[in-house]
Amino acid sequence: MTALSLRGIEKSFSGNPILKGVSLDAGPGEFIALVGPSGCGKSTLLRILAGLESADAGEIMLGDRDLSPMPAADRNIAMVFQSYALYPHLTAAQNIAVPLIMRKLTRAQRLPLIGPLMPSQRKAVAAIKRDVREMAVSLKIDHLLDRKPGQMSGGQRQRVALGRAMVRRPSVFLMDEPLSNLDANLRVHARGEIVELHRRAGVPTLYVTHDQAEALSMADRVAVMIGGSMLQLASPQVIYDDPAHIEVARFIGQPRINLFPSQVGADGTIALGDIRVGLPRETVAAGTSVTIGIRPEFVSVSRSGQQGLPARIGRVEFLGSEIILYCRLDAIGETVVAKLSPAEGAGLAAGMPVRLEFSADQLFVFAEDGRRLPSTPVDAAISLETARG
Amino acid sequence: MNAQTFTLGRAVRLSVLIFGAAIFLAPYVFMISTAGKAQSDIFSSSLSLIPQHWSYVQNFAKALTRVSMTRLLFNGVAVCALIFVFQVMIAIPCAYAMAKLKFRAARLMMMLVMLGLLVPIHATALPLYVAFDRLAVLNSYFALVAPFTISVFGIFLFLQFFRAIPDDLIHAARLDGMSELGIIGRVIVPNAWPAVTAFAIFSVVAHWNDLYWPLIVVSNQTYATPPLGLLYFRAAEAGDDYGALMAATLIITTPLVAAFLLAQKRFVEGITMTGLKG
Amino acid sequence: MADAIAAALPVVRKPARSAAERQEARAALVLSLPAMVLLFVFILLPVAVVILFGFTDYELGYAGFRFVGFDNYTELFTDRTFRRSLWNTTVYTAIVAPISIFMALGLAMLIESENIGRSFFRTAYFLPVASLLVAMATVWQYLFHPTIGPINALLALGGLPGPNWLGASMSVLYSLSIIGIWQSVGFNLVLFLAGLTAIPRELYQAAHVDGARSAFDRCRLVTWPMLGPTTLFVTTISIINAVKVFETVKTLTEGGPNKASEVLLFTIYQEGFVYLKVGYASAMTVVFLAILVVLMFLQYRVQDKQVHYS
Ligand SMILES: Nc1ncnc2c1ncn2[C@@H]1O[C@H](COP(=O)(O)OP(=O)(O)O)[C@@H](O)[C@H]1O
Ligand SMILES: [Mg+2]
Repeated sequence: MTALSLRGIEKSFSGNPILKGVSLDAGPGEFIALVGPSGCGKSTLLRILAGLESADAGEIMLGDRDLSPMPAADRNIAMVFQSYALYPHLTAAQNIAVPLIMRKLTRAQRLPLIGPLMPSQRKAVAAIKRDVREMAVSLKIDHLLDRKPGQMSGGQRQRVALGRAMVRRPSVFLMDEPLSNLDANLRVHARGEIVELHRRAGVPTLYVTHDQAEALSMADRVAVMIGGSMLQLASPQVIYDDPAHIEVARFIGQPRINLFPSQVGADGTIALGDIRVGLPRETVAAGTSVTIGIRPEFVSVSRSGQQGLPARIGRVEFLGSEIILYCRLDAIGETVVAKLSPAEGAGLAAGMPVRLEFSADQLFVFAEDGRRLPSTPVDAAISLETARG
Repeated sequence: MNAQTFTLGRAVRLSVLIFGAAIFLAPYVFMISTAGKAQSDIFSSSLSLIPQHWSYVQNFAKALTRVSMTRLLFNGVAVCALIFVFQVMIAIPCAYAMAKLKFRAARLMMMLVMLGLLVPIHATALPLYVAFDRLAVLNSYFALVAPFTISVFGIFLFLQFFRAIPDDLIHAARLDGMSELGIIGRVIVPNAWPAVTAFAIFSVVAHWNDLYWPLIVVSNQTYATPPLGLLYFRAAEAGDDYGALMAATLIITTPLVAAFLLAQKRFVEGITMTGLKG
Repeated sequence: MADAIAAALPVVRKPARSAAERQEARAALVLSLPAMVLLFVFILLPVAVVILFGFTDYELGYAGFRFVGFDNYTELFTDRTFRRSLWNTTVYTAIVAPISIFMALGLAMLIESENIGRSFFRTAYFLPVASLLVAMATVWQYLFHPTIGPINALLALGGLPGPNWLGASMSVLYSLSIIGIWQSVGFNLVLFLAGLTAIPRELYQAAHVDGARSAFDRCRLVTWPMLGPTTLFVTTISIINAVKVFETVKTLTEGGPNKASEVLLFTIYQEGFVYLKVGYASAMTVVFLAILVVLMFLQYRVQDKQVHYS
């Protein structure tokens, strides 16, 4: 049980910086989901970790061993590829056996015809066969062992790929979007299984996905990577409730967070409709442009009353357990998305005038460079100011 | 893994490749060099590549007068073009019908096509020769072209390619009111362009180079194709006048080699595609 | 038993084909008619006639012919020229096919792993495929010339006596093989290159992660098996093309000296179109066709058995 740690990994391809100093720590047995949009460098990071690609700068430590100079074959890191990368000419059993054959048999023992004549080759091969069988039983694919990848379904191939990765008890587990080639039902089912397998194996696991639901539901901690930088590494709850960066807030959450451009007023507060939030004066000068974000579930909608901003409903999406409203603010023409329970949303229809209210303590404020600014509802801010003054 | 590092292994690899390439290109180098050598040079110094007495003009003049090179090249182009046009016009509709239309004879036809793939011209040459002799059509473009108007390989290649065209495209065209011929002309062929170019390259290379059949059906220079013409030239050029011989060789190889050098990518793609499909 | 089941089931009448289906079938027949007529006239019928001719003593220029049963075939087996020709073709194929396959494979792997000069090397090795063989054979004749040829001049520089490449019955077949290899490597190379590029890079990465440390291990685990279908195809086509050797023999040696370079197609050509013994040459053609059929059959068998991964 050792921890994995990456420090300042950098990589560029033909002058194009793809990874811009990525750091990450995974505790022993921790499951970390690496999430980010396509092309942000997730696979590149995994390949560097696995030793398939060399980093331009940075270090990779497993416990107190420096992995950087080691070739992939010596790192004892297992990887499940997005396409599974099963050897098409080998059966499932042979595929799973490959890592064991490569590690446990000498070169001479591996040779065809001559190999079986080598001393103790039979015993080693029998041990490998036993391990493969055990692995297959635990993944419930023992009935598939004689099939080739071409004769298996996507889900079965994915299990064989998992088996091949796990059979040699690696010290780190890497998975590159292993579920992205499965259909939706199977994907949800497989999530649980992978978490379960991880628990049994108990090694640090880096799980790459571009699906935020996967990341939030499976991981101990979620690392959000965008444009080659690690923007936040925290528990799923913190990532969602307390995003450190505007891109994190934008990327995580379905439907997307509402964002409004705004400016800091002379008194150091920001107004959104009736509510105001205060920012610490020492960090933000009056007149600075900022962005305000609020998640759709913290927008409340009323048909009557004088509170809140006047708006008109553009579209109603009924999703069963919830209702999504797309409203257009009368004043500035911005679209605001609101998430309501079916009870709250009953009777709402496109074209209706409504009033929107925001919970002041759920507003996020982001600086122009995307950083999150600490903010407080204005009453609290005032009391803070007075307390200080 | 890294392009910049220069290791010993890489040096060995590159030298093997360069040495091999030099050997493969050597015949061309000697052809070009010898085409410019006077008879005396050829006998005295065969290893020097630069001619001592530049005789390109004399050698080319000889090559051009003994055998009408323009005639040969024209025949080559005409025969290849005719063959290709007929092959495509006949193979494409058939392949379309077999790939996309439902009819009972399709299976039988598929069997015939697979059977036909086995049979080269060398196997059918005897009866065809006897028949053409009886019909008195030897020594004609007809004799050179007719047996190749049907390309079973062409049908097979297009069939493979058409199968990949979605049925919906054809259904949409039918709903738009196109006839089957209209579909072939306006939907299938434009979408099958890569297959057509690949097949063109395959067909032209095969028939430009073919010696067997022209040798059988043509016995005078009027209808000689380039390989046959070169054979005549060699016969006329008794002795070892390699200067003129190389000049003639150079003239005759240049068109296809030039075409290859100009459209290399297409050639390689064409060979790959026809190779792997066939 | 199938009959019993069929009998037990109620008779399901096939629904009459609709007008649209009939029209589609008619269009299909019209579209494929020209091809099928030509296929019949230029391929199927001639093959049938060749087989028929093989049982006759037909000679062009004589009025009639008699059926002679298997006489032509029995004669073939005692015909020294034909046996020589079969043997020479076999030797030529046994030299040209394996060497051009392995050379192409090796070169393709070198080119693939090298990232400079790829297209130059590909062009250099492919050039012979695009060149007129009869013409290039003439160049080779000059290169091989015993007294004024550059090859022997080069050997002389090293103090070695050069053989009379194309002129001696001992070396002629090997000299022709060299030309054959030179001519066919490029074609195989291009196919192997395409096969190599088509191997997913993730498979190599998986091999690395799975512990395949050396290039040799990765080649055995990934490259060689993944090239299986290409190799099979290249092997078949190389063998068939080698069996069909004709141009170089006709241009350079006319089967000589002393029948040392007599090959199958050249013998058929001589018997059929020079001596006009159509019946006898047809019997040879049937043997030639049988060889092709066997080769193709072997390819299909291997293909079905081993190299298909789906
Ligand atoms: N070997 C390579 N050479 C050049 N560019 C590459 C290479 N590998 C990846 N890239 C580029 O790096 C970027 C990140 O790729 P990748 O790590 O695969 O993204 P992700 O897995 O997050 O979708 C992409 O823009 C891709 O084009
Ligand atoms: Mg990726």
